[in-house]
Amino acid sequence: MSENYSLSHLKELEAESIYIIREVAAEFENPVMLYSIGKDSSVMVRLAEKAFAPGKVPFPLMHIDSKWKFKEMIEFRDWYAREHGWDLIVESNMEAFKAGVGPFTHGSKVHTDLMKTKALLDALDKHKFDAAFGGARRDEEKSRAKERIFSFRDQFHQWDPKNQRPELWDIYNARINRGESIRVFPLSNWTELDIWQYIRLEKIPIVPLYFAKERPVVNIDGQLIMPDDDRLPEEYRSKIETRKIRFRTLGCWPLTGAVESEADTIEKIVEEMMTTTKSERTTRVIDFDQEASMEQKKREGYF
Amino acid sequence: MTNQETIGKKLSIEEYLDQDERKDLLRLLTAGSVDDGKSTLIGRLLFDSKKLYEDQLSALERDSKRVGNAGAGKIDYALLLDGLKAEREQGITIDVAYRYFSTNKRKFIIADTPGHEQYTRNMITGGSTANLAIILVDARTGVITQTRRHTYLCSLLGIKHVALAVNKMDLVDFDQKVFDKIVEDYRAFVAPLGIPDIHCFPLSALEGDNVVERSERTPWYDGPALLDFLETVHIGNDHNLTDFRFPVQYVLRPNLDFRGFCGKVASGIVRVGDEVMALPSGKKSRVKEIYTYDGSLDYAFPPQSVTLRLEDEIDISRGEMIVKAPAEDSTETQPNVGRYFEAMLVWMDEEPMDASKSFFIKHATNTSRCRIDHISYRVDVNTMEHCDAAGLALNEIGRVTIATAKELFFDAYADNKPTGAFVIIDPVTNNTSAVGMIIAPVDESLLHTAADSLPTLDLPRLGIAPEHYAAIEKAVKDLSRQGIEVKVVK
Repeated sequence: MSENYSLSHLKELEAESIYIIREVAAEFENPVMLYSIGKDSSVMVRLAEKAFAPGKVPFPLMHIDSKWKFKEMIEFRDWYAREHGWDLIVESNMEAFKAGVGPFTHGSKVHTDLMKTKALLDALDKHKFDAAFGGARRDEEKSRAKERIFSFRDQFHQWDPKNQRPELWDIYNARINRGESIRVFPLSNWTELDIWQYIRLEKIPIVPLYFAKERPVVNIDGQLIMPDDDRLPEEYRSKIETRKIRFRTLGCWPLTGAVESEADTIEKIVEEMMTTTKSERTTRVIDFDQEASMEQKKREGYF
Repeated sequence: MTNQETIGKKLSIEEYLDQDERKDLLRLLTAGSVDDGKSTLIGRLLFDSKKLYEDQLSALERDSKRVGNAGAGKIDYALLLDGLKAEREQGITIDVAYRYFSTNKRKFIIADTPGHEQYTRNMITGGSTANLAIILVDARTGVITQTRRHTYLCSLLGIKHVALAVNKMDLVDFDQKVFDKIVEDYRAFVAPLGIPDIHCFPLSALEGDNVVERSERTPWYDGPALLDFLETVHIGNDHNLTDFRFPVQYVLRPNLDFRGFCGKVASGIVRVGDEVMALPSGKKSRVKEIYTYDGSLDYAFPPQSVTLRLEDEIDISRGEMIVKAPAEDSTETQPNVGRYFEAMLVWMDEEPMDASKSFFIKHATNTSRCRIDHISYRVDVNTMEHCDAAGLALNEIGRVTIATAKELFFDAYADNKPTGAFVIIDPVTNNTSAVGMIIAPVDESLLHTAADSLPTLDLPRLGIAPEHYAAIEKAVKDLSRQGIEVKVVK
């Protein structure tokens, strides 16, 4: 019998991620997995299930609901958590929501600050989580390329890119004082293609919005926006048209541009991705707010 | 051949994905001085393997106009990589940035680390997981102090493959004599460091010579282009496949019938039926099942993350280690079990070492209190000379003896990286203050200060009734898991 002692890159990434996830469960008292309902989250959640099988994952999922997510995302979230036996926590900034904060009225920056960043920070404080998993990848964006796998946050949840802890081998420093926390990124070394490849091989369910279908859209400042509820401002309502579209990333519906596409299978999505001329974050409105805007948001605590 | 060409050849997307799935992963480190063109080289590798998307490129052209250092009309590849605002202003990379690209043969993770003097710690960080290092030198200046330092750090980290990239050959008219002289100098200097695999490349990162394609401007060079080498260098032997070590990471007890020990195979191979032993208890059992979510395995090897089930009910906790039971006919070694060892230590903290202080040490899945017993010498990383030292400051490297409160199960870093590496954590600031590579165990008699300085709970002397001993021992065991070691006298 000949034995093979080398792993494919995907199996190596999987092993690394499982190791990271187990390390958090062992080292922290009260971890949580942040769940965005996107494709990266779906992979991260499956890796957590793998890490503790046949047992139950020893920490909950938490979704920060900005109240502007696609309805299909919310349905998917509730179905997945129920189907796979996860404890699901949903938190929102209800104060801002009741005050009517939203991207159309307040702009993407105010909306993101209040409904995403502030909601997240408040939820982390409320539940006293000492570690929070996020599905961010280093290949997504320049400032993320420098992030540690265990990323230290002070008591105000802030990231200091100039003062990161050295991180060597697979030895992760989990020591913190009360009130401080660690963001953990088990998918740090995965690329967008790795994520799709893994979803394909592992048959991981994802929100149907990733697949191309005829949907209503309206062109707002060059982005194809799919009106998902009756909060679309009056001025755009007459301009709605039907096109075959899909989403490369998922977020708040007014801030997430669709792409015209025929890709209705994972294989076609990968093919489209490899021949496309735009990287995935160009359909996210929030990245263009200001120069170095992701770095700024990260410093403030957004992921 | 690039991704697009593959598809152009009418390989179906399914075929492409099936092929992609089987690729392995090479982690590489790049090191060079500020002006060696390191970021340009990486930008070129990414660019020429067509990883760059159009919008990233147009953002680049915009940025080049504003702050680029490449000169009018040229794309500054370095801007692709220098991510953070502060760096863009200073024009140097100040922290490790990770980059990803793939070719038909392999996937690559590049740790891009700065060459600037005060940032040695970043190179150590980026290099710890690397299979291979690209060390850049400027063809006009040849091997300089920083080249020596970077190479020494690579050898310290146990990086087995080095590619010496002699860059900016265009500025010396692709002169073979210049290249040969640099290679000769480098080989003379590197010989005592024991790096097994070294290749040298005449390059122009800016113009693309010998980066992805072999250049017509170096007809005297008969080696491969750099990318060709990166795609084919054999890294399969970089793990220790001989000596089984399984640091227990997490104990899984979902129900009464299942007790599994989760962890990563740090080294060696384990098979179902193998007789294994738990450290420190010495209790033996056999492997009943190698469990994974995707089904049971017949054998497991590094760096797989698995769950081991044993035939017998043995109590094993996080931080303990499963190894093969010693057998007469086995060639497998056993790890050292002990509290004192010598190591090379790299100081990573702004705050210099205070040798009178106690620290935490994290080694494999174990955390313990420790102290630095003494420093044998400090290494001058520029000359590699040994100097006397009372302490270590940021970026300094020394040979030290460390005493831990708890027994650790360790190997020499040179034999087994995962069980030879550790980090030192400051108990007050929680910073990762230092990182170390174990050389060998040390006998207690060679320590400079008393070995047993553990705080002691003398239960009879404290007048504690024997019925409370069990509870106290349980509390002490719990403290031990948190890294605080207390001796109990009954």
